[in-house]
Amino acid sequence: MSTPLSQAGQFKALVEWLGKAIRPPEQFTLGYDGEASEFIRFNKGKVRQAGQVQQASLSLKLIRDGRHADVSLTLAGESNVDKQRLADALQQLRDTLPLLPVDPYLLLNPQPWHSHAEQSQPLPDTARVLEEIRSASKGVDLVGFYASGPISYGYASSEGAFGWHQANSFNFDWSLFHSNGQAVKASYAGADWDSERFARRMQLAREQLSFLDRPLHALEPGEYRAYLAPAALEEVMSMLCWGGFSAQALASKSSPLQKLYAGDTQLSPLVSFDEQVSQSLSPAFSGEGYPRQDLSLVKHGKAEQQLVSSRSAAEYGLEVNGAPEHEAPSALAMAAGTLAQADILKQLGTGLYISNLWYLNYSDQPAARLTGMTRFATFWVENGEIKAPVNTMRFDDSVYSLLGSQLEALTAERELLLSASTYDQRQTASNLLPGALIKKLTLTL
Amino acid sequence: MFDFYPQLKQRFDALRTRAEFFSLRYVRESGQYLSVRKNVAEPPSFSHDQGAMLTVRLRGIEAYAATNDLSQAGLQAALDRAEAQAQLIAGHALLNLSQEPVSHERADFFSPDLDQAFPSLSECFALLGAESAAVPKDERLVSWVVSLGLNHVEQIYLNSAGAELRRAQRFVYPGMSVTAYDGNDSQSRSLGRENFGQQGGADVISRCGLIGAAPQVADQALQLLLAPNTPVGKRDLLLMPDQMILQIHESIGHPLELDRILGDERNYAGTSFVKASDFGSLQYGSKLLNVTFDPTIPEELASYRFDDDGTPAYKEFLIREGLLLRPLGGALSQFRSGLEGVANSRACGWNRPPIDRMANLNIEPGDQSLEQIIGGIESGILMATNRSWSIDDARNKFQFGCEWGQLIEDGELKGVVKNPNYRGISDQFWRNLSAVGDASTFKVLGTPNCGKGEPNQVIRVGHASPACVFSQIDVFGGDA
Repeated sequence: MSTPLSQAGQFKALVEWLGKAIRPPEQFTLGYDGEASEFIRFNKGKVRQAGQVQQASLSLKLIRDGRHADVSLTLAGESNVDKQRLADALQQLRDTLPLLPVDPYLLLNPQPWHSHAEQSQPLPDTARVLEEIRSASKGVDLVGFYASGPISYGYASSEGAFGWHQANSFNFDWSLFHSNGQAVKASYAGADWDSERFARRMQLAREQLSFLDRPLHALEPGEYRAYLAPAALEEVMSMLCWGGFSAQALASKSSPLQKLYAGDTQLSPLVSFDEQVSQSLSPAFSGEGYPRQDLSLVKHGKAEQQLVSSRSAAEYGLEVNGAPEHEAPSALAMAAGTLAQADILKQLGTGLYISNLWYLNYSDQPAARLTGMTRFATFWVENGEIKAPVNTMRFDDSVYSLLGSQLEALTAERELLLSASTYDQRQTASNLLPGALIKKLTLTL
Repeated sequence: MFDFYPQLKQRFDALRTRAEFFSLRYVRESGQYLSVRKNVAEPPSFSHDQGAMLTVRLRGIEAYAATNDLSQAGLQAALDRAEAQAQLIAGHALLNLSQEPVSHERADFFSPDLDQAFPSLSECFALLGAESAAVPKDERLVSWVVSLGLNHVEQIYLNSAGAELRRAQRFVYPGMSVTAYDGNDSQSRSLGRENFGQQGGADVISRCGLIGAAPQVADQALQLLLAPNTPVGKRDLLLMPDQMILQIHESIGHPLELDRILGDERNYAGTSFVKASDFGSLQYGSKLLNVTFDPTIPEELASYRFDDDGTPAYKEFLIREGLLLRPLGGALSQFRSGLEGVANSRACGWNRPPIDRMANLNIEPGDQSLEQIIGGIESGILMATNRSWSIDDARNKFQFGCEWGQLIEDGELKGVVKNPNYRGISDQFWRNLSAVGDASTFKVLGTPNCGKGEPNQVIRVGHASPACVFSQIDVFGGDA
């Protein structure tokens, strides 16, 4: 497998080659994505499928006379092959630009900024990880997914900007299933595999599994008090991140937070959201070539900043703030509340303890009304005590209710949830979230 | 076409391994995405991707390594990594595949009209620009986009048992969307996009109906803005094909995936309310329900001769007259379960391993015209074009939403309603199927965005369906 250092070297060499190949007044931006990953799936506590994926790609933008076009290309890892592929891509864009009109919304960052972040913590030994998973899951039905390896991002421009971000990480995301079909979800992710910490996570999941032994409590549709654990709240936030804070979605009236940003309504004063890029696992620069900023998106229930990409900035007369092209947060942090972890069940009293939600979507997007399912350990709580797991239920409620009029408290402790997503490539997004105690959650099916 | 085949074959033949069986799956994909938003051409985006996955079976244990390095040394290194991975997991493996048969097939497959040129970039932009400009001037129309995606994919599968399977395909994804806003509510109407894609050439753009569609799409967005909310209550539900594909996908396709039933997906995509013992005995739907796995409709997105494990693909009934017959399970799942399945072992690219996926999953036409269907409904609602989908992890309790609703009263189509949503439970819903449209209502559609698997994969699937009616379904609208 290529080492991270060789990937950085490979990228620098291609940037240098491109710098020489460019013919002023041409300008370029060049992005790099790479990973060398090990993937292992588990079913019934054993390895169901295992393999490795090594991939790297470039994203080239060519600009001339106000016209621009983009091409992405997979690299081979061989210098001559890759230079030829880059040369072919450059020629394709040179042939294309004369066919295009001038783009009124083109905005290129002229700053020659530099950024370098490299974390080369040794990756866990896979044989040891396999043994520890086997040992820790004895006697239970474990199904899950382990991913590990380096992830790299690079950026360079004809204006002299250069960024490199590389980090080793692992993410083990698993579920323990009871023979009655109920399950508990857990994860252990980071850069440094600590056997004791992993064992504690597994033990906690086993303890939760023991609650699933009890007969199911059948719920009827209706309104219930509910506690959403951080992982459940993350599903709600994932929906809001899908266009909610996007300058383009807001301008084109397709944002679910349209009414919030228009000032027509508010969330609870307890609610504050930040895009907290500093100290997150995400690169400090966007794929568009702007250093990313920490942003206050919502403060005490009122809308503040939007996520503004370069295109939105040019189109709507806003200022670029380092948002990615799709204008979704990648390091969302929600302010903590005051509810102590030990008091959650007591303050919930009688209602639902929801560990995870699943498959959310909009019933009415302009009203920020969401529907979705409970999934994994969801419990019926009576007078502050867990009584029984509940059957899978559907909710349908507005964010302006859940995180607005019906929000009673947020927990003082927050959980850092690292993305386990591997669509196209392993992701570095994260959410730092508290749990939320809600006075009324509407269940419909 | 298949320019890399001679080199690849030579390199494959030179590979060395201790494995008793190995395979190589090479994929080269090029793409082009064009869009015009509010009469401004957005920068075109092109892509070129290629790589290979090497899979070994070493003493019955399978493992894979995917590589972007296609040189002889790169392929050999990947094969060595796969071999090392198989050794590493040997003491932990769930499956021993020593007895699983392997493919010996040799064949080529091509998309229809693959040799016919596609319109040039300038011609495509002119088409998109004309359609964008045809959106009427109305200050309530705040956003619209017209787009065209194009993908060429070549795949070459070789294995140590002598299989040689080559496939060259072209996929086309036209679409447009218009959003109307009145200062309070916004409503969108779309054509194509996530609900449409086909194999072929410029004819796909015509079949989508994109050319000349802008005025009607925009007018319907404005109609929705003025429409009342969908009323709450039970009604007969007429689903048009561009919503039927989502209904088929979520509440027949996913629950019939055999790897879900075998538990592989329980940590991510979920499980299924269907059990292995249900095949041959479960009455999944009414007698009107006939569901096929059909790789033979040339333009449908997942038509092919062999799947990504080299299994030959044939049309099969999964459900006949409502009775559940066979799962969506490829060769490996069939080997594990003893059930007969279909050729649906598929990977989204060279860097992901094949797993059980939907391919073309269709509902066979019935015998009623749309006029006859509507005429037979006393109190109902027509819903078209999916916009929201949510279903539990066992693929049972669902809630879906559409862009367009129209009430039906006493056998006639009446007023437009906005935010049409409905909910139900899969294992009851299909038993309420009360009418199936004939061939005149049948449409070949599909989506490029089906997600599943760990590592995650997004794959294209085809769905073809007539319009269908379900009796007495809970429907409701939105808040605004």
